[in-house]
Amino acid sequence: MSEFRMPSLGADMEFGTLVDWRVKPGDVVKRGDVVALVETEKGVIEVEIFENGMIDSLVVQPGQKVPVGTTLATLQSDGKKIEAQAAPASAAIAPVATAAVKEEKPPLKASVALALVAEASRLRASPLARKRAQELGVDLSGIPGTGVDGSITVVDVERAAGSVKPSAAPTTPAPPVTPKGLDLAAMRRVIAAAMARSKREIPHYYLSTTIDMRRSLDWLAAENAKRPVTKRLLYSALLIRAVALALRSTPELNGFWIDDGFQASEGIHIGVAISLRQGGLINPALHDVDKKHLDELMENMLDLVNRARTGHLRSSELSDGTITVTNLGEQGVETVFGVIYPPQVALVGFGKITERAEASNGMVGARPMIDATLAADHRVSDGHRGGRFLLAIGRLLQEPEKL
Amino acid sequence: MSTEMIKTTYREAIRAAIRDAMLRDERVFLMGEDVGRYGGCFAVSKGLLDEFGPERIRDTPLSESAFVGAGIGAAMGGVRPIVEIMTVNFSLLALDQIVNNAATILHMSGGQFNIPLVIRMTTGAGRQLAAQHSHSLEGWYAHIPGIKVLTPATLEDARGMLWPALEDPDPVLIFENGLLYNMEGELAADAGPVDISKAAIRRPGQHISLITYGGTLFKTLAAADELARDGIDAEVVDLRILRPLDTEMIVDSVTRTHRAVIIDEGWRSGSISAEIMARIMENAFYELDAPVARVCSVEVPMPYPKHLEDAAIPQVPAIVAASRRVVTGHE
Repeated sequence: MSEFRMPSLGADMEFGTLVDWRVKPGDVVKRGDVVALVETEKGVIEVEIFENGMIDSLVVQPGQKVPVGTTLATLQSDGKKIEAQAAPASAAIAPVATAAVKEEKPPLKASVALALVAEASRLRASPLARKRAQELGVDLSGIPGTGVDGSITVVDVERAAGSVKPSAAPTTPAPPVTPKGLDLAAMRRVIAAAMARSKREIPHYYLSTTIDMRRSLDWLAAENAKRPVTKRLLYSALLIRAVALALRSTPELNGFWIDDGFQASEGIHIGVAISLRQGGLINPALHDVDKKHLDELMENMLDLVNRARTGHLRSSELSDGTITVTNLGEQGVETVFGVIYPPQVALVGFGKITERAEASNGMVGARPMIDATLAADHRVSDGHRGGRFLLAIGRLLQEPEKL
Repeated sequence: MSTEMIKTTYREAIRAAIRDAMLRDERVFLMGEDVGRYGGCFAVSKGLLDEFGPERIRDTPLSESAFVGAGIGAAMGGVRPIVEIMTVNFSLLALDQIVNNAATILHMSGGQFNIPLVIRMTTGAGRQLAAQHSHSLEGWYAHIPGIKVLTPATLEDARGMLWPALEDPDPVLIFENGLLYNMEGELAADAGPVDISKAAIRRPGQHISLITYGGTLFKTLAAADELARDGIDAEVVDLRILRPLDTEMIVDSVTRTHRAVIIDEGWRSGSISAEIMARIMENAFYELDAPVARVCSVEVPMPYPKHLEDAAIPQVPAIVAASRRVVTGHE
């Protein structure tokens, strides 16, 4: 018997509300199946399971808000527990690599919070206390329980309501209209916490280079001319693919800073910063970008953006980005000076492609240029390595047909 | 309504009820072991033979199966028998008649024959009568569709439940807790029939519902008094009828107090207390502020020695402790 717990869907997630189950007791599940919908400050997320087995019982009911690490369901495991971080595609695409993947270190949960709450026992609160807590918007965790076996009673909740700030209601006035499943004020607080932590803890260094996009754009134009509109590629797919391939030779930019140490990630999962129309920012990951063909990557990107904006992201996408790419070209920005998303250790920024007068081979010509920047964690890497990384990106983009 | 009160006992109240029924309806008669000449094993029917004669106060052979069967036949034949079984333990000899016949004939006959039979019997421990005379099996009978199960605890109910039971077209079992027969109290001189469909709140309270019936009602009331000294205001619900259970009143009480302890002299496993807990879960789960608790008899054959018998059945300190734990989290 094993337990399926509320996953951490981001560095600063502490609680999640179970919105709905997609399974019922007795259902057979396999790794990667979406088993539940969980609402976080970032929206409603489809949560995957990372084990094969049979659902034994559903412990948490829809509507309940529980801390990360809380047992949501119990599972009759078939004994073949598969590491959460094992690259989903790797087994299928490269069977030879499977053994190596399984020997990988324990999953790199992109959250220190998870480690902290993993040992926390299941919250004991009476049904009435839970109901009342929901009415009052009180967060049950941290309330001292005075009931049977230290459980939280309705009196405890009401007492806490007087002194504890409600978790649901933001401290600043809530926006009048909140899109379904998305608490913008809460999301802002999450971003605030993550970014403050980044600037407080991570000694950033910044590098910038300018990349000639002529070859890439020419190749793209020729390629897209052969394709139906729906299959056309965007240049951002080339950028992300180039970042992924460049990371292969600079592993110190790909991974997490956890517990005073760097843990490199075998998989290259690129978080893409997606701004939401209603405001806010979300950073879901494209998995195993280095192993994906451009077409597949393009399809993944469109799907991801679409789901991010409709609030249907999967848990693994939110928690396991190993580096972030932010592309602010569309906003007219020329150069991005990024803030690293902890516990990641690097962020790559791209500005807009502009025609600039570029001298090369003794000739001045108008060329489409893009500024590529790197913000990296100086605890892990140095400017020398970062510079090589940017250089590699630039070189890869000169041979787009190989991407 | 007269306010004149008379001093009486539970035993006398039952006798008054039988007498009243015999006078109201000449089809009513009493039969059972030693109910006539001896005046009843617990002296309930003392004096009735002289008043009503051997046709209506009938001594029977020591065969529960035979005289309960005779009662069923008599009821089918148009009279209104009150069958007395000495204790619930002995009623097991008549289980076939009660469960397979009395409870089913209306159904088996396609509604042609109903069985307006009343069976009275003693239940419960506390009198050093050991393991074959002291068990509380009324919860078993509450499992059976087709019969009603009454558990009068108060003088009013002892006096008032028999007549509506006789008026009921179907079999009704009345369980009299043996410890109550000597209970003295005051009863209205004009006390008469009572409702037999609803539970009753014997003590209103706001912090916890103590749900009980029969012999443990007064222990529960005593426990409530003790709890009150600690500032715990307990509500005491007397179920009165174990089948059909008054689920509405149970749920209503728990919905107000958010906590419950069930006190049942029966054994805990598969008991009426388990059924009550289940109904609370089914109907008032989100009102609960603490796990529902139970005080039941220890799951052993009832011991003979006084100190062991006392230890085996629910007592005031155990009810107080369980209630306190549910309300305050500690005993």
